[in-house]
Amino acid sequence: MNVKNNGVLLEMEGLMIEGFSDEQWHQIVKGVDITLSRGEILGLIGESGAGKSTIGIAAMGYAKPGCRINGGSIRFDGMELTTMPESRRRKLRGSRIAYVAQSAAASFNPAHKLIDQFSEMVIEHGKGTRDQAYADAKDLYGRIKLPDPDRIGFRYPHQVSGGQLQRAMTAMALSCRPDLIIFDEPTTALDVTTQIEVLVTIRDIVEQFNTAAIYITHDLAVVAQMADRIKVLRFGETVEDADTRRMLSDPQKDYTKSLWAVRSFRKEEVAPPPEPTPLMKVENVTATYARGLVPVLRGVDFEVHRGHTVAVVGESGSGKSTAARVITGLLPPQQGRVYFDGKELPRDYHRRTKDQLRQAQMIYQMPDTAVNPRHRIRDIVGRPLSFYLGMTGDAKERRLRELMEMIELDPDLFLDRLPGELSGGQKQRICIARALAAEPSFIICDEVTSALDQLVAEGILRLLDHLQQDLNLAYMFITHDLATVRAIADEVIVMLQGEIVEQGPKEEIFNPPHHEYTELLLSSVPEMDPDWMDRVVAERREKGGMQSAGN
Amino acid sequence: MLIQRLSLGLLTLFVVSVIIFLAVSMLPGDAAQAMLGQAATEETVEALRKRMGLDQPPYIRYFTWLGGILQGDFGTSIANGREISELLGGRFVNTIHLAVFAAVISVPLALILGLLAALYRNSIYDRSVNVVTLSSISTPEFFVAYILILLVSVKLGWFPSLANVSPDTPFAERLYKTFLPAMTLTLVVVAHMMRMTRAAIINLLASPYIEMAALKGINRRRIITHHALPNAWAPIVNVIVLNLAYLIVGVVVVEVVFVYPGLGQLLVDSVQRRDLPVVQACCLIFAATYVLLNLIADILSILTNPRLLHPK
Repeated sequence: MNVKNNGVLLEMEGLMIEGFSDEQWHQIVKGVDITLSRGEILGLIGESGAGKSTIGIAAMGYAKPGCRINGGSIRFDGMELTTMPESRRRKLRGSRIAYVAQSAAASFNPAHKLIDQFSEMVIEHGKGTRDQAYADAKDLYGRIKLPDPDRIGFRYPHQVSGGQLQRAMTAMALSCRPDLIIFDEPTTALDVTTQIEVLVTIRDIVEQFNTAAIYITHDLAVVAQMADRIKVLRFGETVEDADTRRMLSDPQKDYTKSLWAVRSFRKEEVAPPPEPTPLMKVENVTATYARGLVPVLRGVDFEVHRGHTVAVVGESGSGKSTAARVITGLLPPQQGRVYFDGKELPRDYHRRTKDQLRQAQMIYQMPDTAVNPRHRIRDIVGRPLSFYLGMTGDAKERRLRELMEMIELDPDLFLDRLPGELSGGQKQRICIARALAAEPSFIICDEVTSALDQLVAEGILRLLDHLQQDLNLAYMFITHDLATVRAIADEVIVMLQGEIVEQGPKEEIFNPPHHEYTELLLSSVPEMDPDWMDRVVAERREKGGMQSAGN
Repeated sequence: MLIQRLSLGLLTLFVVSVIIFLAVSMLPGDAAQAMLGQAATEETVEALRKRMGLDQPPYIRYFTWLGGILQGDFGTSIANGREISELLGGRFVNTIHLAVFAAVISVPLALILGLLAALYRNSIYDRSVNVVTLSSISTPEFFVAYILILLVSVKLGWFPSLANVSPDTPFAERLYKTFLPAMTLTLVVVAHMMRMTRAAIINLLASPYIEMAALKGINRRRIITHHALPNAWAPIVNVIVLNLAYLIVGVVVVEVVFVYPGLGQLLVDSVQRRDLPVVQACCLIFAATYVLLNLIADILSILTNPRLLHPK
């Protein structure tokens, strides 16, 4: 396709982008330079708000609604995108520069078949007929190892799994054989075992077609596998830019070093010896959705002791959140019982007493949606105080201030604010305070750190650990992130398709011999070593093909 | 799901029939008295009441009435003794004719205006369409009707101001005569449908798949017609059907202004004559239309949702 295989493809100089919010323009990207050669993969890394996605789509001459490029130049293959008429820029998008979005589930149009969304680009850019596009799509679906490549394209997006959708989107990006693909966190929403498959696909395909790529992610271990070069961004500015191996082995800037050192937290204190009666006991629970048609939990048994943290790990659909719904009574189980402190709990939360409800609290994944944006922090945290404990007036105010101090937020500054004025980490702290306000002895933490940046997540884990020591709390910690499990768990439960495949103390689970599935899960977690993926793929090929738990 | 909707619709109709019956029985005055006039003696009125079954307790009268309707018998008109079903037949056809005429103009017009407004959001076009439609929404329909009569009929003399059709009026002449009432209805309903179309599409324009389409290099017109519109059907269909129901049920004033022999006119006349069986029958037909159209809206929403249409 392209005669010249080397040479500069994309050059951004002094890129400035501003966004409009709160009635004024804010500078989001403050003078970033990027040079990308043909066939090269550049990793853009940084925390949320660093401007990495904004920079990524600026390479297509595009600014999100409410943003505009207000300085610098973007030269793609010798053409200046910033001054080019929009109609010409539009012709480049999709045909020469393609985009792969973070959530394929949200970025595929639900009303059209996958293959029609693939061929739309080919037809609209005049690169071929529908029949040619269909044939090419089937070929590409096969090359990226989608099951049943001749027919999968005729499905609608909701009929295909998340990992398959993400691969179909990579295929779609290739439909016009672009020179450059922007990958915007393409595996962030996927399970680890699926992630590694998608990563392998992306890397193979980029090599096959000698496509240049900008790979945006916040996951260092992922970028280490994918990129030739890494650029670290913070607050819309470049922190550091270097070859991948050098960047990993010898980071220069303090900020980069702090990112590299994030996963340092380990729970130190040993959990107290278990009491004879477990605090929460789940006995042989079977649960179904859709009036008994979809089994989601089968014969699940486990215990949580006072002062202990039980981590429940598994991929999406493994039933870990359903187990939490059964414990809280939101989903009455079909069979089995739930005991609290030796006494059986009614199946349905409607029939539980206020005190039973108070004892088990929940903290959710998305602090944004778990708090009412129109309520002040005082009302959010104060509600359980009056609802469960009947507190009013001065007593309530005193308790509110105590709780705010427990979560390390200044009551004078925060009590009268609205959630919208808080950062993600602060909002999650408010959710923790709300759970603590009920004075529970058992807290379910459902993916509480997965929506947060690593440094912020680290702070939340430390806080939860600290609170556990002070209040002798028991945690059921639902997560798909094994690094988090290593950091905080006393015991681990591994779930697969609604059943527990392995459970025991953390050391036992993490040290061999593992159950086959635990092994797959552990070996799929990316490591910071740039050769990690090649090694894993080679090992799995030896053992006979890539296994996937989901299929 | 469909059966659930259907039975809910039937339940609604039943409740509505009870309410209509109660409301009509509570109207002041007495049909027998009204028929015989002030000069009638107590005895003759009493005899007539007995013959008409008005001396029975209300629940018996209700079930007799309901039972009759289920067999297609709406009873007889008090005013002229004719079969109500016969009386309604021609009127109903006229009302449907007017509604369909107005719908054929207004629905495509509203969709196109709404699409264009979404496409050229915040442009001069968008703003002027908004101003015009907002003013037509907020103007009472009889006023719109009189303005149209004044301009189109009296000043220009293009269309007649009276829509006096009879069952043997030829179709072309029928269209000609009912043009002004249809225009009036169009002006009243178009604004609502057009604004909903615009809002539904603009709402969808913030979705990730629309941004994806833009990043695929698809032009704006195709993004709106091909990527946004298919996903906007559910809210749009609901508003369209609600307005269609209005075209049938809400035409009373327009029919009166243009002296059009439709159901609305019949209803008004019957109320004046205290012809309660006819009033009840008209109300029930209006209610049934409403329930039926809403049922259709529900079914269409299901049919336009790919998730429900193509299950896993």
